[in-house]
Order: sequence, then C-alpha cells, then structure tokens
Amino acid sequence: MAAKATRGAGPGKASKPRKSDRARAEARLGWWLAGPAFVVMLAVTAYPILQAVYDSLFRYRLTAPDDRAFVGLGNYGVVLGDPVFWQSLGVTTLIMVITVAIELVLGFALALVMHRAVLRLRGLLRTAILVPYGIITVVSAFAWFYAFDISSGYVNSWFDWVPGISEDLNWFAGTGTSLFVIIASEVWKTTPFISLLLLAGLAQVPGDLEEAAQVDGATWWQRMKRVVLPNMKAAIMVAVLFRALDAFRIFDNVFIMTNGANGTTVLSLLAYRTSIGRLEIGLGSAISVLLFICVIIICFIAIKIFKVDLAGARGEK
Amino acid sequence: MGTLSGKQKVAWAAITVVVLVWALFPVASIIATSFKLPSDLSTGNFLPTTWSWTNYEQILGPDGSAQELFLSSLRNSIGISLIATAISSVLATLAAYAIARLDFPGRKLILTTALGVSIFPVISIVTPLFNLWRNIGLYDTWPGLIIPYLSLTLPISIWTLTAFFRQIPWELEQAAQVDGATTWQAFRKAIVPLAAPGVFTTALIAFFIAWNDFVYGISLTSTEAARPVPAALAFFSGASQFEDPTGAISAAAVVVTIPVVVLVLLFQRQIVSGLTQGAVKG
Repeated sequence: MAAKATRGAGPGKASKPRKSDRARAEARLGWWLAGPAFVVMLAVTAYPILQAVYDSLFRYRLTAPDDRAFVGLGNYGVVLGDPVFWQSLGVTTLIMVITVAIELVLGFALALVMHRAVLRLRGLLRTAILVPYGIITVVSAFAWFYAFDISSGYVNSWFDWVPGISEDLNWFAGTGTSLFVIIASEVWKTTPFISLLLLAGLAQVPGDLEEAAQVDGATWWQRMKRVVLPNMKAAIMVAVLFRALDAFRIFDNVFIMTNGANGTTVLSLLAYRTSIGRLEIGLGSAISVLLFICVIIICFIAIKIFKVDLAGARGEK
Repeated sequence: MGTLSGKQKVAWAAITVVVLVWALFPVASIIATSFKLPSDLSTGNFLPTTWSWTNYEQILGPDGSAQELFLSSLRNSIGISLIATAISSVLATLAAYAIARLDFPGRKLILTTALGVSIFPVISIVTPLFNLWRNIGLYDTWPGLIIPYLSLTLPISIWTLTAFFRQIPWELEQAAQVDGATTWQAFRKAIVPLAAPGVFTTALIAFFIAWNDFVYGISLTSTEAARPVPAALAFFSGASQFEDPTGAISAAAVVVTIPVVVLVLLFQRQIVSGLTQGAVKG
C-alpha cells in the first residue's frame, strides 16, 4: 500500500487558470509532499469502511462461505432488532458519560493544582500524572483487575470496613461492580490527557483579568465562573469531545476484566466477537458500520450543540 | 509564588501526596504482584511475603516456560511499532512541511481528513481488514499490522508536526540564502535543527500509540509470528492448564511498562507540549 501511496498525488493539477506559474508550482509541490500521507490515510480508513458497508449487505459467514447471499439491509434489521445490541449501546454510552464527567472534574482539579503549584512541585506533579499516560491500557487493566479480583486481590481485605464490601465480594460477578472497576481504570488511565489539555487552556486565561476580578472582590467561585471557565471554553470542548469519542471506543479494559460477562459488553466488543470470534462477517460489518455512525452522530451533536469549531480551537483558522 | 505560610505548606504537601498515590498506586500494585510466589497470590496482602524473581525467570530466563512466547511478542511489538512510527514520521513530516510552509489548495482538506481518521472507531476498520488480510495473505504478518497502525499514528503525527512547524521562523532560510548558502544548505543548517525536536517528539508519541494498540493486535494476528505484547498478555494462559498466569502476566506487564515510563519521564516536557499542540488522543 505504501508503494501505491507514492504515486498518488493528483488533485493539485486542478488549479485555477489565473494562477501564476509560481503558485501552480507551489501547489504541485504541496500535493507531492502531502499527497502520500493523504492517500495512505484514505487507504487505511475510507477503504475499509466502504468495504464494511458492502460486506454488511450480505449474509456472509466464514464458516459457510458458499452460503453467501445478498440480503440488503437485512443484517441491520437483525442487529437493531436484537436487545443485545441495545444493551451494549446503553452500556457503552453509560461508560462514556460517566468517565467523561468524572475525568472533566478530576482533570480540571489536577490542572488547577498544577497551574497553582510552585515550580518545583509542578514538575513533580506533572511527572507523576504522566505515568498513567505512559502505561499500556492492557497493563493498567490487569493492574486493576488483579487488585479487585476475588482470589488475587487485596481491595476486599483493605476496605472490608466499608458497608457493602466484604472478604467474599466478587467484583466481577455483577454488572454494577464490574462497571465500577472498568470505569475506575479508564478514568485513571486517561485523566492525564484531559488534564494536560485543560492545563494548556488555563495558561491561556489572561492573568490580569483574573487579578482585576480579585481586586474587585470576586470570590474564588465567581472568578472561576465568570473569568476562567469562559476563557477556557474551547479547550474544554475539545477535551470533552475527544475523550467522549475515545471512551465510546472502549475495548481493552473490558476485554481483559470481564470479556463482556454480566452485561458489560460494549459495542466494540460486540463487533469484535461477532466478526472475529464467530466469523459472522456480514453481521459484524453491520455492527461496525453502526458504531461508525454513532461516532459521527456524537461529533455532530457536539459541533451543533456546543458550537465547537474544532479547526478554530486547534489553531487552524 | 513567594513564600508559603505554614498552613499552605501542609496543604500543598497533602495535595502532592494524594496526587502521587493516585498516579502511582496501580503501578506499585502490579509491581508488587509480579514479585509474588504462587502461594502468595491469594493471601489478600498488597506486598508479597517473600519477594521472588520466579515470575521474571519464567518470562525472561533461558529455561522460562513462557520465555519464547514473551520474547517473540516483545520482538514483534518493538519491530512493528518502530517501522510504523518511521513510516508515519516520514509521511507526516513531508505533509506537515507542505501544510505549514506552502500555499496550496487542499491544506485544510488534509487536516480535516487527519482529524476524521483520528476519531475513527478502530473496530470498524478491523472487520473488513480481517477478511481482506486473510484473502491476500497479510493476516498474522508484520505488514498486516504496520499498515493499519498508520491509521493510528499518521493523524496525530500530522497535527502535532503541523503545529510545531508553524512556529518555525521560515524567514531564517531566506536569510541564510542571502548570506550565500545554497537552498539545500540553507534548509539543512537553518531549518532542520529547528524542526528536528518536533519530529522526534512526534515520533515518540506515535510510538506510544502503536505500542498501546490492542484491537488490531488481537484481531489481525493468531500466532507468535506477529502477535504484539498487549495481545500476547491477554492470551497468555500459563505454562500449563493448572498454572495461574497472574504472576507471569504481572512480570511481563512490568517489563513492557518500565522502558515506556522511563521514556515518558525523560522527555516529559516535549511530550506535554506535543500532546497539547496536536491535541489528539491516541
């Protein structure tokens, strides 16, 4: 595919006639340089999703390849008519909403702490919160799993004074308790990202505005609400949207901890199990396409409701 | 910030301790587990009663029962992630240079495409690739993972590098040319030193993302030929059916975590600036 990429660099040719030779040469050079990356990106994403759309229209099982037949939107009917799909959509959305909400509060608190800390302390704190960022999600999932697991865990013996927790509590035997650990590990792993983005946003809040508010006698809460938060709106929206999309794709920790048992199947896991586990390519493709549509809907809602100008917020005017 | 009062000092100390415990505890937890003997695993204690290297011998030692499995996946992870990082760094550097430096139609299209690719659900790509790779013989091979990894590493590399390159004063190049340097000399002497740190940081972030991948790893591989570490950890089931793999998995997890954490800590300043400028999560 890389070989194909070096050849693909066409669209620059379509420049307007009034352009000078120089501008045309620059446009051509631009596409020669940027074209390969562009083509590779399309090849590794647009092509597979189109293939998935195509496959989703067939009854197609790898265990019975000769049985392949065009069924139109039949697969979508099967998936959308199955309570399992709706349940995993619900669980995925629940995980997304809870993790993003917790991470926003926690990440903002961490960002404030780093922002206010004296220089030496700030370095130490930043170093510490980068550790979760550097850890593989699978490793973090195992760490949390072993800590809570009924045989290898120590959480039960540490917290048996808390009502509801006892030595023989099996966290991974129930939906609520499983989701609790999954969400906790997700929050731990990804809060650093959100808090670094918010820290960058805090740095953009004009200091003199805040000081002026303080001189005028505004309380801490008033300063936050009137001065700091409005000035960070763009950073907050970008952080929330990206974390939301990321959380919606959650897979690694669920696979490691419960593998979808006890009502913890998320959409990604359902798609994986259908296509790669049960080799139902047609049905699996339909779920993949639906997952993709969900992501687009989330983006659309975020952009419409919160008026996030992604390009603007990222310095691309 | 000036001098702190005694009360403030105590408050800051408390905050620091809380943050440190929060950030480091799960790591400490898996390290402690990795030193436990099988008999120690179910005692409900955080620390092992006797510290033992047994688990590490099992995955790294010459007679270790899981040594072959672990080392081959380590080799796969390092090789595949490095190659994917190299390819995406080259492509992204060219693209970001063009976007930051040249005026051509379609710059915004490329950045928007990169943004779109970065929010793509990986699992939506995996199903068609699984079938296609099996048909054309890329299933369970290095290229079969390197190509999809580009969907993870390219977008963030393009965004981060474009942000870096926009801050480079490109007039320097002209200034050097006025001073008598050839075009190539001017580029190499004036621009490359300024661009290199950005390229390095971006490559580092891209490498982490490739190293962290799990979905592609478990879906597009089936044997030790290409299975990367995260997938190997998930499928590792102990030397025999009756052996609990907890200790060995923990040891393997520690081995693959330490180099990455060391890299993160060494280059934390660059990583933070790269992450916040590119602002795309992997």
